[in-house]
Amino acid sequence: MYSSQTNCKNSHGLDRVVITGVGLTSPLGNSMPELRQNLLAGKSGIVHNEIRHMGKVAVGLCRFDETQYQTKKNRKRGTRAGAISIFCAHEALNSARISLENIDRSRVGVYLGITEHGNVETENEIHELYQNKLDTSLWSHHHNPRTVANSPAGEVTLNLGITGPHYTIGAACAAGNLGLIQGLQMLRLGEVDVALAGGISESAQTFGIFAAFASQGALGHHDDPAMATRPLDKSRNGIVVSEGGCIYVLERLENALKRNSPILAEIVGYHCNSDATDFVLPNSGRQIECMRKALAMAHVDASDIDIVSMHATGTTMGDIQECEAVGSVFSNSDKTKINCTKGFIGHAMGAAGALELAGNLPSFTDDTIHGCHGIGQLDAKCALPGLTIESLKKPCSLILNNSFGMLGINSSLIIKKFVS
Amino acid sequence: MQEVAVREAVLNIIADIAMDNDLSNIQDELALRDQLDLDSMDFLDIVMELKKRHKIEVPQEDYSKLATLASCVEYLTPKFAQ
Repeated sequence: MYSSQTNCKNSHGLDRVVITGVGLTSPLGNSMPELRQNLLAGKSGIVHNEIRHMGKVAVGLCRFDETQYQTKKNRKRGTRAGAISIFCAHEALNSARISLENIDRSRVGVYLGITEHGNVETENEIHELYQNKLDTSLWSHHHNPRTVANSPAGEVTLNLGITGPHYTIGAACAAGNLGLIQGLQMLRLGEVDVALAGGISESAQTFGIFAAFASQGALGHHDDPAMATRPLDKSRNGIVVSEGGCIYVLERLENALKRNSPILAEIVGYHCNSDATDFVLPNSGRQIECMRKALAMAHVDASDIDIVSMHATGTTMGDIQECEAVGSVFSNSDKTKINCTKGFIGHAMGAAGALELAGNLPSFTDDTIHGCHGIGQLDAKCALPGLTIESLKKPCSLILNNSFGMLGINSSLIIKKFVS
Repeated sequence: MQEVAVREAVLNIIADIAMDNDLSNIQDELALRDQLDLDSMDFLDIVMELKKRHKIEVPQEDYSKLATLASCVEYLTPKFAQ
C-alpha cells in the first residue's frame, strides 16, 4: 500500500511511469523469476541446432507452449514472432493483475520493438517456391499479413481484443529499449492508460541472419555451445542469435496507485540517439552522449547507478567500444557494478534490451547483481573496474540499461526501484 | 475417385485448417462456416491445398461451391476424376 501523498509527477511536471507487470520467454526460462534464477546459477541457454543451409550452429531458442493463449489455427495462421508476443502479453497482464474484461480496451496500446520482421516467412516461402518449381500461384495468401511490420503487435491485439493503437518499432538491436520508451511516451501524452511495451524477436528461425553474421566474421561459435558467445572474453568470436520476447505493462503512477497495483520499478530516464557514422560499427562518443543524457533526464549522477547492463554482443570491436564508453561515463563511480547478459542467453535482437532488463530487475528485491557468462580470460581492453563476473550481493536502486543497434542507433534506459 | 474418397480428401484438408474443431459430427448439408471456425482466409487455404495436394484448380467464381461438404463433393468429384 502506498501513501496517498505520493507525487505522481516528476520534477519536469511529467507523469511518472511505472512498470507493473512483465511477461517473457527466453532461452533461460519463461518468467522473470525463472530467468533470474538461471542467471544467478550461471546457466547457459545456448544450444547447437540445425539451421537451414547453415548446418549446426549455436543458437538460443525459447521453449514455451505456443497454444497456451491462442488456438492452433491462429498459431498456424500467424508467426513465431506473434506467438512469442501473445505469450508475453498474457503473462505480462497476469503479472500486473490486469483483466481486460474490466478495463477499456481502447485505452490499451501495444508497442513492440523489433530488429526485423518478415524474414522468417519470406525465407520459408522462397524455399517452398523452389520446391514448387517457381510456381508463384502457390505462394501463400498469408504472406502479406504475416510480413507487414506491425504483425507481431497486431497479433496481440487480435488475440486479446485490444482496440487501442498497436505498432512495432524498428530499431535494430536497440528495439527492446525503444519499445519501452515509446510506451512511456504514449502514456505521458495521454494516448493510452496501459502500454504493453517491450521487444520481441523470431530471428533465430531464419538462416539469413546467421549467414550474414558468418560472412561478417561475427557469428559466435565453439564446440561447446555454452561457450559460443563470450562477451568481454579475450577469445570471443562473435554473436549467437537467439529468439525471445519481453513485454512490460507500463502505467502512469497515478493509475497504478488507484488500482493498488504491484509496482516493480519506475522508468526515470532514457535517451536515444544516432551515430551517423557507420552501418555496423558502433561509435563510443555517441554512446557516451546517450548514457549522459539519460542520466541527466533522470537527475542522477553516474555514481548513483548501481548496475550498468551492457549491450556487449561478443564482437571484438563492439565490446571494446562500449567498454570505452562505459569506462568514460562511470570512471568515478566506485559503487557502480557492470554486467552483461548475452553470454548466458545469446543476442535476442529486438528483445535483447527488454529481456536483459528483466534479468536485472529482481536486483531491486534480492539485493544481488548477476554476473557474466563465458569470461575465462578477460580482455584487458574490457577490464572495467566495476565489472561483475561472478554474482555478488549488493543493495540496488538504479539500473542503466544499454541497447545499441546497426545503422548506429543507441539507447539507454534508467530504471529506479519504486519507493513511494 | 469415388465420392466417399473425395469427401475424405476434403475432410483431411479441412482438418488441417480448422485445427481446433471436432470434425466427427460434421453435417454434410450444412454450411461449413456455420459449423466450423472458418473465415475467408481459411477458404483460400482450402483452395490452395486442393491445388497443392490434388492439382485441382478452383476458379474464384466457383468458390461458393465449397460452401458445404456435400457441395464440395458434388463439385470436386468430377475434377478428381480428371
